[in-house]
Amino acid sequence: MADWLSPDEWRAVALSLKVSFWAVLVSLPLGILTAHALARWEFPGKQVLNGLVHLPLILPPVVTGYLLLVTFGRRGAVGQFLEEWFGIIFAFRWTGAALAAAVMAFPLMVRAIRLAIEAVDPRLEQAAATLGASRPWVFLTVTLPLILPGIIAGVILAFAKAIGEFGATITFVSNIPGQTQTLPTAIYTALQVPGGDAQAARLVWVAIGIAMVALLVSEWVSRAVARRIAGG
Amino acid sequence: MMLRLALTHRIGAFTLDVAFDAPPGVTVLFGRSGSGKTTIVNAVAGLVRPEQGLVSVDGWRLLDTAAAVDLPPHRRRLGYIFQEGRLFPHLTVRQNLSYGAWFAPKGAAREDMGRVVEMLGIGPLLHRRPAGLSGGERQRVAIGRALLAAPKLILADEPLSALDEARKAEILPYFERLRDEVQVPILYVSHSPAEVARVATTVVALDAGRVTGIGPAFDVLGNPALWPVGVRGAGAVIAARLVCQHPDGLSELEAGGIPLFLPRIRAEPGHLVRLRIAAHDVILSCARPVGLSALNILPGTIEAMHQGDGPGVMVRLVTPAGAVLARITRRSAQVMGLAPGKTAYAILKSVAPAPEDVMPGTETTG
Repeated sequence: MADWLSPDEWRAVALSLKVSFWAVLVSLPLGILTAHALARWEFPGKQVLNGLVHLPLILPPVVTGYLLLVTFGRRGAVGQFLEEWFGIIFAFRWTGAALAAAVMAFPLMVRAIRLAIEAVDPRLEQAAATLGASRPWVFLTVTLPLILPGIIAGVILAFAKAIGEFGATITFVSNIPGQTQTLPTAIYTALQVPGGDAQAARLVWVAIGIAMVALLVSEWVSRAVARRIAGG
Repeated sequence: MMLRLALTHRIGAFTLDVAFDAPPGVTVLFGRSGSGKTTIVNAVAGLVRPEQGLVSVDGWRLLDTAAAVDLPPHRRRLGYIFQEGRLFPHLTVRQNLSYGAWFAPKGAAREDMGRVVEMLGIGPLLHRRPAGLSGGERQRVAIGRALLAAPKLILADEPLSALDEARKAEILPYFERLRDEVQVPILYVSHSPAEVARVATTVVALDAGRVTGIGPAFDVLGNPALWPVGVRGAGAVIAARLVCQHPDGLSELEAGGIPLFLPRIRAEPGHLVRLRIAAHDVILSCARPVGLSALNILPGTIEAMHQGDGPGVMVRLVTPAGAVLARITRRSAQVMGLAPGKTAYAILKSVAPAPEDVMPGTETTG
């Protein structure tokens, strides 16, 4: 089984999972907050925020990657600051791949969660307020449990997007085997080498397998949650 | 417990301008839809912010725009019973019931869960979720949830309007028990005369955002000029005392010395009962009628006649049993020569099934 894929290929698969896991985990709280703000709050600049969140969906991924390089690279304003003060380096590291994946997946995650929040009857939240729950408590005890299926959908969608992210990743952190080479960039590399088709095909099967498992898990979890909410 | 309320608020072309003090018990905001009832309740709850206003319970200010006091809804210590229940779908009935108690101040005087569950008859439902409940069950749970939040004020916005007649009949007694057993003022919105007659201690009649009448239920409901929902639903309420049960299935009551016979009422002799007499169920006669099948006849004096746009006249007859409203045609009134001051007899075709209760001390009628 282990020699089915070469060590470099295994590393690419493992790195992809690691990158996607952290990309989703770290962006989830911010995603829920952003979705809530877009769904329920009125504030100046709401449309600007909405546009910014959705920008990676529309921009060519290369452009997003370039912008990440310019801001989060070691010479970039934010990148320099983070390195000096916190020792966090994004450029040409797996953390950079995670950042690129998170940015690219963010619109999908926010969109799914926002739709779920908009589907929650605000009158239930009002009822909770009249029963003594402050805003944070209303969110934790009423809104959050009711949007759980939407959050799961958003997480799976974002995870799938993160696994498949290519353009922004290769632009921002390049394609270094064992360091920043993810599943898609590994497939790309294999296809560049004469006779690499077989290797590419193996990786493609891995990608399909990961996607299927993610879908099945999400389906199963949302059903369980829906049953808990609707159960008599 | 006294509720004090003064509000002015404008929504588009509609202006709400109301002020009243409500004594303990159930205060019913009574008026047709669009008269501002729900806006008032939502302003009390803090869900609507009025331009100017004062709301206080026993001197504790929830809202005072003049003093920049405006407590957020979650600090107003409310029990709000919504028209559509609004139970939390992801929580069990038990969790719904204890939701408010969880946020109530630790030292707050609170109802006992067991007592409320028993009073509302929802014991068997505790482990179910709202999706599996009938409309009537949901509304009973909603009442329980509001009660158990240790509220200082209970709000009920047409809590029965989403239910059919059978379910209404199932829930109304719980509100009557609430009124008689719970020491918290209740602000109750309704446009149903029958509901008002049953639960109200005080009636606030509303029309187009203004108070057109306020007073004890007997006074307001017996005054034709105050009828906010049109003559169709009009009807006075009188108080009667159960005398005895007859073997032929009738209950004998007594109101102001006049005997009344009704289909069996489940109550003990001596118990006070509220009777709603719909205006269209009353026939007037100039002389004491003889040879009629009607059992209940009230002699009285015409106090006022109120004429609307239609062919009908609303006559207010003061009898020893209390004021009664009769809706007759203008033609009959002319033929019979009816006028204020004249004597007439009210023949009651039917009397609404009586709720088994009356507030002590409210039996004095007009």
